[in-house]
Amino acid sequence: MNAAWAMESLLALSQQEELEDLPKDYPLSPSEDEGDVEERKHQKLLEAIHSLDGKNRWKLAERSEASLKVSEFNVTSEGSGEKLVLSDLLRPVKTSSSLAAVKKQLNRVKSKKTVELPLNKEEVEQIHREVAFNKTSQALSKWDPIVLKNRQGEQLIFPLKKEQSAFAPIEHVLSGWKARTPLEQEIFNLLHKNKQPVTDPLLTPVDKASLKAMSLEEAKMRRAELQRARALQSYYEARARREKKIKSKKYHTVLKKGKAKKALKEFEKLQKDNPTAALEELEKIEKARMMERMSLKHQNSGKWAKSKTIMAKYDLEARQAMQEQLARNKELTQKLQVASESEEEEGGVEEEGELLVPESMNEIQMNADGPNPWMLRNHSTSTKESEIQDPVQLPEPVVHKTSESEEEDRPEAEEEILLNEFEERQSLRKKSGPNQDTEPVGRQEPKDSSSQEVLSELRVLSQKLNKENQSGKQKLSSARTVRAVQRKDPTEEEEEPLLLQRPERAQTVKELEELGKEGSFQNKEVPRSVLERQKLERSTNNEPGAPKEKKKKEQMIDVQNLLTTKSPSVKSLAVPTTIEKLEDEEERDQKQMIKEAFAGDDVIRDFLKEKREAVEASKPKDVDLTLPGWGEWGGVGLKPSAKKRRWFLIKTPEGPPRKDKNLPNVIINEKRNVHPAAHQVRVLPYPFTYHQQFERTIQTPIGSTWNTQRAFQKLITRKVVTKPGHIIKPIKAEDVCYRSSSRSDLSVVQRNLKQLSIHHKKQRKKTLD
Amino acid sequence: METAPKPGRDVPPKKNRLQAKKKKPRRYWEEETTLTAAGAFPGPSGNKKRNRELRHQRPKNTNFPKKSRISRKPQLPKKSRELRNPEPQRSLSGAQDPFPGPAPVPVEVAQKFCRIDKSKELPHSKSKTRRRLEVAEAEEQETSTKAALSQLLLVEEPGFLEGEDGEDTAKIRQADIVEAVDIASAAKHFDLNLRQFGPYRLNYSRTGRHLAFGGRRGHVATLDWVTKRLMCEINVMEAVRDIRFLHSEALLAVAQNRWLHIYDNQGIELHCIRRCDRVTRLEFLPFHFLLVTASETGFLTYLDVSVGKIVAALNARAGRLDVMTENPYNAVIHLGHSNGTVSLWSPAMKEPLAKILCHRGGVRAVAVDSTGTYMATSGLDHQLKIFDLRGTFQPLNARTLPQGAGHLAFSQRGLLAAGMGDVVNIWAGQGKASPPSMEQPYLTHRLSGHVHGLHFCPFEDVLGVGHTGGITSMLVPGAAEPNFDGLESNPYRSQKQRQEWEVKALLEKIPAELICLDPRALAEVDVISLEQEKKERIERLGYDPEAKAPFQPKPKQKGRSSTASLVKRKRKVMDEEHRDKVRQSLEQQAQKQEKKAEPTRARPSALDRFLR
Repeated sequence: MNAAWAMESLLALSQQEELEDLPKDYPLSPSEDEGDVEERKHQKLLEAIHSLDGKNRWKLAERSEASLKVSEFNVTSEGSGEKLVLSDLLRPVKTSSSLAAVKKQLNRVKSKKTVELPLNKEEVEQIHREVAFNKTSQALSKWDPIVLKNRQGEQLIFPLKKEQSAFAPIEHVLSGWKARTPLEQEIFNLLHKNKQPVTDPLLTPVDKASLKAMSLEEAKMRRAELQRARALQSYYEARARREKKIKSKKYHTVLKKGKAKKALKEFEKLQKDNPTAALEELEKIEKARMMERMSLKHQNSGKWAKSKTIMAKYDLEARQAMQEQLARNKELTQKLQVASESEEEEGGVEEEGELLVPESMNEIQMNADGPNPWMLRNHSTSTKESEIQDPVQLPEPVVHKTSESEEEDRPEAEEEILLNEFEERQSLRKKSGPNQDTEPVGRQEPKDSSSQEVLSELRVLSQKLNKENQSGKQKLSSARTVRAVQRKDPTEEEEEPLLLQRPERAQTVKELEELGKEGSFQNKEVPRSVLERQKLERSTNNEPGAPKEKKKKEQMIDVQNLLTTKSPSVKSLAVPTTIEKLEDEEERDQKQMIKEAFAGDDVIRDFLKEKREAVEASKPKDVDLTLPGWGEWGGVGLKPSAKKRRWFLIKTPEGPPRKDKNLPNVIINEKRNVHPAAHQVRVLPYPFTYHQQFERTIQTPIGSTWNTQRAFQKLITRKVVTKPGHIIKPIKAEDVCYRSSSRSDLSVVQRNLKQLSIHHKKQRKKTLD
Repeated sequence: METAPKPGRDVPPKKNRLQAKKKKPRRYWEEETTLTAAGAFPGPSGNKKRNRELRHQRPKNTNFPKKSRISRKPQLPKKSRELRNPEPQRSLSGAQDPFPGPAPVPVEVAQKFCRIDKSKELPHSKSKTRRRLEVAEAEEQETSTKAALSQLLLVEEPGFLEGEDGEDTAKIRQADIVEAVDIASAAKHFDLNLRQFGPYRLNYSRTGRHLAFGGRRGHVATLDWVTKRLMCEINVMEAVRDIRFLHSEALLAVAQNRWLHIYDNQGIELHCIRRCDRVTRLEFLPFHFLLVTASETGFLTYLDVSVGKIVAALNARAGRLDVMTENPYNAVIHLGHSNGTVSLWSPAMKEPLAKILCHRGGVRAVAVDSTGTYMATSGLDHQLKIFDLRGTFQPLNARTLPQGAGHLAFSQRGLLAAGMGDVVNIWAGQGKASPPSMEQPYLTHRLSGHVHGLHFCPFEDVLGVGHTGGITSMLVPGAAEPNFDGLESNPYRSQKQRQEWEVKALLEKIPAELICLDPRALAEVDVISLEQEKKERIERLGYDPEAKAPFQPKPKQKGRSSTASLVKRKRKVMDEEHRDKVRQSLEQQAQKQEKKAEPTRARPSALDRFLR
């Protein structure tokens, strides 16, 4: 730096020289000062040369004027163009290494920042509090499991004591026991000599050892066996995996066929050897059939089959393929011969079904997934049981026609059959909707049979249909009447009063008509047993709609039915003796009985009326706020308009349904009984949110009347037991085995680990470590 | 309600009548060999013997030499004690406990003592609540097992008649039974020939030891019928309509022609209650200490005999009341009326709790079984019906009797006796809790006069019948509960014990106003006032303190929780809730539509309008 500075000053000098040189070349004016100027110039040049010699010596400008004092502060950095730095000032004239340390120190001092202001008081306190809280909570969380245990424990006993150790079996206690008396010592000596067990009486150490050991050969053999089994398994697995990966379809079909053949052979063999096992096999086949019937696998409904149907018109192969598939389906779904149906009735029904529906139709329906043929059969039986068949029969002729047309077609064009089948199936599916809809009608019929009987006169229109069905019906009815006669027998034996002997079951139309003529009274007699039987039969039919039906049935309970049903009479060995009566007396008796019976009708009507009144009375009443004459003319004979009345009528919401809604023969008082309510709980205690929960906890009776003495004592144990005259001191760590011994401490912790939160767990681990 | 079985304090030891059949319980300290040698029970024999203890021995000179009709139920298989540990613990002495572990408890027996209805589903509960519920269930489990274990102490088993294949038990006459049973039991069958004082009403005391009967013509007597010791005999010189013991055999209520009188066991008239006049029937509710009277004037009066106050006098508004019975399960009074209805009454309500239309004619007799499940009624239409009292009140069974039953009575084990003219028929069910099957009578007996009163003796297989010819005590095997609660109703109690019991019973008296159809109503929360209080609280506070707090989004990192995003998040949650609601309502609608769609028919017929 000094060198550069010297160079600059030199340059500046030379410039000056040049400037000064100019007047030299041109002689201007001065003459007297010439010598002086020469001298100064020389001086400057000398200086410049001196400064060139490398020694960086600052030469102060010489003052031309003399002054007494020269200030040491009169230092300028003139010419350098830089600020004066402290270090420059400190720099010695000669650079010396001893000052470097000082410089470093100075640098360090400069780099250090200023000390921050202390925090204000509140903040400091907050921090302190936080720290303290953390510490104490950590310390206190140690107690959490204990507190929880005490809260949930059945009983707390104060003053707190250490937990007693568990009862040790007497053998363990005895290990610390020593023989003292000479007799004991002698005995133990003997025992020890013979290596007899002292505590465990049965096994000597030798025995135990022998039990534990296992012979080497045995172990080896076992190991080898296991190894072989494992190897075999792995081979087999590998093979199976390889075979599974084979993509060739042909290979798989061949494999399947082979398997099927094998199975067939085995089955035949089984049939010969072991019929029972064969039967089981048969069941399996049956199950496979069921699966097939459930699935749509070979039903020409897949993608492939659909494409084939399109092709079938033109392609013979496709047609064949489709036929094959259908055949396969048929084959799979064919029912194997099982034991013949037991009941005759069903057979008859089946016959009828076949009459109604031709075979070809059946086949189609078997394929079709819509109406299940089984369901159809059932449904036909149910309709048969019901008195009218017309609604069900209606759709059937249509089906019939289609099938006929199909039969006609068959000879003409065999190729189109398949296509037809497809179309038909679709149409059938559509039909199945209404078909199913008719079912409920059929089912409802028997329920309403009573009303039908009442209305038998009005049935003239439907007589034709009934007559048609009569033949079929009579079979059933005859069977029924047989049963009915059987039931009637005892009653006839006992010479029932006239009323009860009346024939009630009118099955055929003729009977119905006759009954109708006889009068309305008889119509009320509902053959309940018939109803019941029908119900039973229906339940055996076992349709899915059965429960719903039952529900409906419940609603339709009629008081008339309830009371006027003829119940079977009791066979009694000892008939109460009655005084023998004269004939006219008997007549009177009968009259009285009839009177009694007729009186019953009044009873029912009265009761129904009473019930209606009770229902009305219990209903919440609407509030009418109309003011006559408000906003319109009022007066005698004028009523507020209907619109206004509607506006000002406040309807009260309907309450819950009455308990006796579906019970026509019962009136249950809905009024609230306030007396027991005074003793009931009306505020839910703390941890419960729903009354059902709390009710469950108070359902078990506590009293000694309902419990054994021990259970009673346990149920009434006090939650907190204190000892009179003892101070209950706050709980201490020693009380709960903390710190007293490491083992018990651990055990406490382990027992309650589950209930600890994760947070606490972590803390606990820390403290344990 | 099932009460836990308890041994009596001093039940006299029963004579071991089943020496051959009944195995002596093997004690674990006994060896197998001692079992066969073990002979009789220790203890005195020759005490009173109950007739249900029918011995399986017949004299050889009877008319039916081959048949053994009277048999006992085969011994129940011993409780499975086979569940033993493969290696039982050994003690120091080398002897081992043959029955290690806790005693096995038969599940179905323990189930009988369980009261918590677990079929009801509970709303979701918080952990603290769940803990309480668990505790309650554990308690129930423990108490029920303890009760089941102590059933071992019920040594007696009910007996019954069993016909040999195809034989009708109803054909067996009383004489045959008497011949077959031991002397002590045979002595329980007797006839009192009292023709001159008209048809008799009778009543057994609650312990079954004492019998009181009153004839129409004023004859009133009480006796210890087992020993046949007459306690008192008077003539009240007035028509006696009904007679009934009060809580103990020391007090006796007699419904006389005009007023109700109360006598003690010496026959001294203690009270004449004029507020109960023209009483036709009497009932006594033992746990409430209420004497219930039904009068000709149509009033039903409840008289508290412990304080002598009339608790309630209810007007039944159904004319003369002469059919009355008590439901032992819930202490509700059943009245039969002439219009074929049976009405159920409690002193707390002015109106009947329920009315059931039972018969077309008037109701002649009503009886309710001890479990309160079945009610038998007979009416003027000659029918005998059995109703289910558990909420539905529908007839389960109905039979037409040749002459209708004038009197009905249920035994402790559910046998139903009906008096028809001069014949008594008894029907039995399959078990205790099943209704009597009316197919065939279990027993039949013809009396010398028309039946006027029927009462099964508690704890004895005896049916007392009062009729025009006097009193008949019939033997009905299997009628009564074989084991009695020694602390509650002990037939062998001394006077001191009776006094003790009386005090305790009085202390445990149930207030009359607690009688209602469901006796367990006290174990339920009063939901109506609970909701009312909750509503009031909400009104008071201005907000629902238990309502679910609205969703408040948590502040997220800087930049994420701008007001817009907060609103968005809120909206998201709200929409989700709304969607849930819509989904639920849609599901409900679909269900409703399904329900509606099913009954629609294909084609409405013109005749449909006539369908009812």
